[in-house]
Amino acid sequence: MTAQGQEAAALALHRFGFGAVGDSISAIANDPRGALLADLDRPGAGQIAAVLPSSADAARQVADFRAEQQAQQKLAQRAKQEADAKSAAMAGGPAGMSNASAKMSDAASTAPPAPPPKPANQPPPLPQQLLLSEAKARFDAAATADVGFVERLVWFWSNHFCVSADKVVGMAGPFEREAIRSHVLGRFADLLLAVESHPAMLFYLDNVQSMGADSVAGINRDKGLNENLARETFELHTLGVRSGYTQADVTSFANVLTGWSWIDPAEPEHGGEFAFIKRLHQPGDQVVLGKRYPDTGVEQGRAVLADLARYPATAQHIAEQIGSHFVADTPPPSLVGKLAKTFQDSDGNLKEVAKTLVTADESWAPQRQKLKPPAEWIAGVIRLSGTQAIIPIGRIMYAQATLGAPLWRPPAPNGWPDTEAAWIDGIPHRVDIASEFAGRAQGVDPLLLLNSGLGPLASRETRDTVARAETRAQALALLVMSPEFLRR
Amino acid sequence: MTLHAPSRREMLLASGTLFAWAHLPRLAYAEGRDPRFLAIILRGALDGLATVAPVGDPDWVALRGDNALTLGSKVPALKLNDFFALNPAMPNLLHMYQANEAIIVHACATPYRERSHFDGQDLLESGLPKVTPSDSGWLNRALSGLAPGGPVDPKGSGKGSRVFAVGPVTPLVARGPAPILSWAPQQIMPASDDTMARLLDLYQHRDAKLASVLDDNSKLTAIEHAGDMANGMANGMANGAAKKPGAAQVRAYFSEAAGNAAKFLAQPDGPRVGALALDGWDTHVNEGIASGRLSQLLGSLDDALGAIKTNMGPAWKDTVVVLATEFGRTAHINGTDGTDHGTATVALLVGGALKGGRVIADWPGLKAANLYENRDLKPTTDLRAVIKGVLKDHLHADDRVLAQSVFPGSDGVKPMAGLLA
Repeated sequence: MTAQGQEAAALALHRFGFGAVGDSISAIANDPRGALLADLDRPGAGQIAAVLPSSADAARQVADFRAEQQAQQKLAQRAKQEADAKSAAMAGGPAGMSNASAKMSDAASTAPPAPPPKPANQPPPLPQQLLLSEAKARFDAAATADVGFVERLVWFWSNHFCVSADKVVGMAGPFEREAIRSHVLGRFADLLLAVESHPAMLFYLDNVQSMGADSVAGINRDKGLNENLARETFELHTLGVRSGYTQADVTSFANVLTGWSWIDPAEPEHGGEFAFIKRLHQPGDQVVLGKRYPDTGVEQGRAVLADLARYPATAQHIAEQIGSHFVADTPPPSLVGKLAKTFQDSDGNLKEVAKTLVTADESWAPQRQKLKPPAEWIAGVIRLSGTQAIIPIGRIMYAQATLGAPLWRPPAPNGWPDTEAAWIDGIPHRVDIASEFAGRAQGVDPLLLLNSGLGPLASRETRDTVARAETRAQALALLVMSPEFLRR
Repeated sequence: MTLHAPSRREMLLASGTLFAWAHLPRLAYAEGRDPRFLAIILRGALDGLATVAPVGDPDWVALRGDNALTLGSKVPALKLNDFFALNPAMPNLLHMYQANEAIIVHACATPYRERSHFDGQDLLESGLPKVTPSDSGWLNRALSGLAPGGPVDPKGSGKGSRVFAVGPVTPLVARGPAPILSWAPQQIMPASDDTMARLLDLYQHRDAKLASVLDDNSKLTAIEHAGDMANGMANGMANGAAKKPGAAQVRAYFSEAAGNAAKFLAQPDGPRVGALALDGWDTHVNEGIASGRLSQLLGSLDDALGAIKTNMGPAWKDTVVVLATEFGRTAHINGTDGTDHGTATVALLVGGALKGGRVIADWPGLKAANLYENRDLKPTTDLRAVIKGVLKDHLHADDRVLAQSVFPGSDGVKPMAGLLA
């Protein structure tokens, strides 16, 4: 194998995966493009093996948990009220009580200093547990992937169609598995339908509250439309902003989507599942982007989504986003053109689009112009240092939050930005995280990791810096903070 | 090993600084003591000569020139005895020394004689005689090897049967068969100034954008901590003017890590032995012995020692803390106002259980011929003897266990007697 092969292999693993590890550079050096293409053809590509609850199951668990919590709080409140009443009667009022507690705290101050908070041995509350197991499965998949291209595609699409765990804590992880992973190499139209009809998205973008003004429920409750989901589907998920749709289109599409809802998670049988609720649905035809859609109930929305998936503006928007994520903040127009063309020619076949991405020469520019976004960089650090079994997932999530990108908690429906400008100011924080995580790696040889992680990409200066480090941990931290590791 | 010049020994004996520790009668273990033991690993190779300066050695000033700490320096070194003086950044250690709660062992080293940090640290923490991969450290094996029923009982049901470790990473010295109880600050600890400096240097050569972000951040941090500088000066710490960004965070981390270790060990039902690592001692460039980087680090370490004493509360009288580093630094200053990797250095012992107020040194001298390989302070005391001495008299570790499993192959290195009060 050639030196160019090695370099292309290292580039491929960083640009399209989560970085090189072990002998992965040599393993694919004969045919880096072929290795990326083969990753798309793996049986079960995009799926993860972990057995985790479905979104509906998780939503029901969270609903039960919250109900129980509420009951316990109520009991505690009652007990406190009773105790207060009793002691007030005995001590002759609350003043006596506060004196007694003041004395106690005086006595405590002369005792040896209190211990610091103990290590958290108690399991976290259920919603957090659900989130942690989902996050663990996701990070493990990234850390252990051979090539990692499909995982990167999952992360890309998950950010493109983001929801926030702040609103749908139990469903954020299941949403990614059910809606994104199932269609990551399928047709965009199917992906789009899976996403927009997923309870997590319907709840996140308020569609469960939307009802047609002339629907049965709308009339009875004097309520109406919430156009959030309709607008974001146009602006973020498909056509892109300023692509020609009007407010009238948004309103019509929002009417189309009324009734796309879920079953209350408190329902023991099917709670948390998607439901089309007819009494919320705005009756009648709707005109969206100049096309009339007859009122066929849930099918009306499906028809609009199917068309949205085929608009040239959608192909262009998605092509720009893919190019910007994988290749350069401002991707070469020729690359965007190729991606958009494949998208249209293949009727939104995402596997074909992914193939075009890795076979286009523009994608192999040796200049590494992208700064890895926080989560991707962290996954790369974990992967290279072999610490996925050592660093608790809670700590990884904490690190991700420290870098301003908490997992499944984007501040807005447009997801995390994909540009260097957004993330470069976090570099000093990355040094802290690199130092801590590198310190946890056990029995590592930094120079060996330099060769397996960067191989021919490592500059002489980076090699020297790693070799001259003060400790193994420092060497590893410097390695993962080197420009060659940060950029791809 | 080269024989030591007799004249040098006489000189030291005359000045009263050489303690014939080997000949002291073995003191009976203070019955009823509930011993606490904390090991602090100083990774990066601490400059022993800049920490405890041999101001009475006639070759000292010639050796280090302007970088030699003396009693007459602008910020005078703190006098320990007629021969040694302490870095002025360490007033807490001076007070402990004066209260007979600190021992300094000088010209001390592990058996490691190469100059790789990584290997040196592994050997320091593993306790093995040679560089061999190890997944356990001497502290953990020492606890595991204690006899059941003693003051620290490895088979006991309480937390005393566990090794306490501070930080997100359990140091090798604390790993091993005995269970580990660990605690880490929630905050991600700041990377060391040294790591930042190395990275900035790399970025300046390779990536201007990254360099500018890191550099700007350093400046912001410096402004943010301007108040801390003023406080540092008011507290009589090293000259704050040269304080580098991030130093305040390091100071806070050292104190938090060490102080919390003390809080855990002080608990009646808490662990009895513990370890933590404080990094950042690799001072190749602009060492800043009297004011600057090393001075700040030593000041941070001194704060940490103060925090340990405070937080140990009544248990301080039962406490021994050993601070050790993988090796020392070159005797001479290098071409960039720093020092390179060397050999012998200091080991610091503090705690109310010590028979302190002493510098223990079989002083090798600083003449070129006395230096190890013509460049480093020559090791004359085996660090293992010091640690074995503490483990034996403080924790009741058995001689045979110490020689075979705690520090394997150390039969020839007798536990140093008389360290404990």
